[in-house]
Amino acid sequence: MGSNSGLRPWFSIDVFVGDGRARARLSPTGRTLLDDDVKAETVDVFTTPFLTGTANGAILLMAALGLTLTFGQMGVINMAHGEFLMVGAYVAYLTQQVTGATGFSIVVALPMAFIFAGLLGLLLEITVIQWMYERPLDTLLATVGVALVLQQLAQDVFGAQGDPVVAPTWLGGRISVFGYEWPHRQLFTIVLALGALGALSAVLKYTGFGRRIRATVQNRQLAETLGVSTRNVDRITFFLGSGLAGLGGVAISLISGTNPTLGTAYIIPAFLVVVVGGVGQLKGTLIAAWVVGVVTAFLTDWISGSMAQVLTFALVVIFLVMRPQGLFTARTRSLA
Amino acid sequence: MKMTAKESPDQPDAGRRHGAQGAAGARSTSSLAQRLSTYGPLIGIAVLAFLLLVWAPNSLSTFRLGNLGRYCALGLASMGIGLAWGRGGMLVLGQGVFFGLGAYAMAMHMKLEVAGPGGVPDFMMLYGDGTMPSWWEPFRSGPFTLFAIVAVPLVVSFLLGYAILKRRVKGSYFAILTQAMAVAFATLLVATIKQTGGFNGLNTFSTFFGHNLYNPEVQTNIYRLAAGLMIVFLVILWQLYRSRYGELLVATRDAEERIRFLGYDPANIKLAAFMMAAVMASIGGAMFVPIVGIVSPSNVDASASILLVAGVALGGRASLFGPALGAIAVGYGRSTLSESFPTQWTYFLGGLFIVVVLLLPGGVASLWPMLRSRLSSVQRKPSSIDVDDGLEADEPAVLA
Repeated sequence: MGSNSGLRPWFSIDVFVGDGRARARLSPTGRTLLDDDVKAETVDVFTTPFLTGTANGAILLMAALGLTLTFGQMGVINMAHGEFLMVGAYVAYLTQQVTGATGFSIVVALPMAFIFAGLLGLLLEITVIQWMYERPLDTLLATVGVALVLQQLAQDVFGAQGDPVVAPTWLGGRISVFGYEWPHRQLFTIVLALGALGALSAVLKYTGFGRRIRATVQNRQLAETLGVSTRNVDRITFFLGSGLAGLGGVAISLISGTNPTLGTAYIIPAFLVVVVGGVGQLKGTLIAAWVVGVVTAFLTDWISGSMAQVLTFALVVIFLVMRPQGLFTARTRSLA
Repeated sequence: MKMTAKESPDQPDAGRRHGAQGAAGARSTSSLAQRLSTYGPLIGIAVLAFLLLVWAPNSLSTFRLGNLGRYCALGLASMGIGLAWGRGGMLVLGQGVFFGLGAYAMAMHMKLEVAGPGGVPDFMMLYGDGTMPSWWEPFRSGPFTLFAIVAVPLVVSFLLGYAILKRRVKGSYFAILTQAMAVAFATLLVATIKQTGGFNGLNTFSTFFGHNLYNPEVQTNIYRLAAGLMIVFLVILWQLYRSRYGELLVATRDAEERIRFLGYDPANIKLAAFMMAAVMASIGGAMFVPIVGIVSPSNVDASASILLVAGVALGGRASLFGPALGAIAVGYGRSTLSESFPTQWTYFLGGLFIVVVLLLPGGVASLWPMLRSRLSSVQRKPSSIDVDDGLEADEPAVLA
């Protein structure tokens, strides 16, 4: 165990409980970038990217969950979804300004962000999107306009510079996992994402409202004849989807602070995650987000962060070319 | 392209709009009106050519002419989007990629011109060890660069388009994939600072195929080249739109399944439009560089690609002149507004997207036919407003 051969691939999981913070990386050329502790090398190249990748996947999942509702269930392409993440982050920031960086600011911020982003989404649905249900490509463009306006608005109100959101003390610690000191914040993100996913699938599956959403998705006209107000279903679905983005924004703010253009970094990966998972499939979205997060983290460890992003995009496109319907699919009778 | 000789007489307005209402209207009118509606666009192109090639160089300052040249370069890319999106139904949100391929090919050649024979571009000394990657070498040659400006986007768009379109990826999926392409491309450029100049891009050129770029005469001629290319492509598109292929493309947009059942492969039809749009974007990019003097990832990323689409949506995606004039209008609006009110410009652009898409999906080009049909006949009104009636009605089935 503990081979220090530089050419050893990362998947040799020699777990070494020692100084877990020693930075050791294997690049494809076999070069090892070490701090000083050679023994920790094989620990770090597997555990660290795996755990941070899982946390990144959780963030992606939070960003994508709302989209599985609005894009997957309703077929609406909301490019302003990323800006709802940004709104959630600013709500977290504002809550912290009001309550101080106490342990409770995040707890207060979560429902606030959900409601505020949700109401914003509702407003968007009523003013713009409801006129375009028959024209999905046009919703895409109109919401690009909305995204631009929201970004500029945030920049005018809060300034172009980002503001930090301080994690409360109970999230400030680290937990040791196989020698890697894992920040509590990342763990919190994962718990939050899984909680949101669980709550959403429970609502869809067990509540009367969830039944009405599913009925509307499966057959709009038939649902209407059975007395379901599909207009109301559309509105509330959009509220929920946007509110979930608000929750995601709070999680993001804990990790990277706020920024007026925060949403732009997440919107395309989030859409790709939804498409890879199979549109409207919660299970698929979960798996896709996790895989994309972990793969990106491993690639980042291997090569640079931006090249990792390029490679991940390329892998996703190749996957979609091979399997355009995504991981899981709902059976339809359409020809396409 | 000569197939158009057999153009059926009941499609006299194929150059302007595919709609059946025009055909029904024209049948009852005189042959003069018929001929006007067929060849009318040529008159429009001639007027535009006069304005851009004769009037503008004689009346505008060199600075304004440079701006106009930049809009023309962007307009070329926009016309390609008009072809792919307006006529082909493929919303391409990643034309920045092809724009960038052309722009970087041209910029590499001009950078090597500055470096001189055997020289290495200055930024490679700055960021790297002064060795040039081997794939830069061929761009020393002018003819190769011109060849690459057309060939590289053709190959790239063929590979991408073939993979995506043959798998019947369409509608919003297509749009998202192309946008992801633009994001990945810009990220790749930023990451490869030693090979492509990274975030700063390529700049500080001195000559364009041996001509001094600081000479106003040369600048005017480069402008003429950009505007001339725009006119040439307008004529090509006019001919393409009234050809058999143009009709097939519109038919594919409106009822892809029917076209498939008729024995055509819709993927091939769309692929041709996608490749043509890519080449036009690339040529636009290649003209952008000598006029503006810089190309950087911010010119080719996702937001730059969306800005191109803004002009197309404003002008009218399915019309011949709409994309080009829309690009000029958006470019002009951007430089005048953003000079004096930088933040208002973003609000304005955002509002433009919302208002145009919400209220005027056919763009400004649809205003006149809309007014005319309202004036001439009240009954025909409902069917004649929406350019994309057929397309959008099919969309939900595609998504499901």
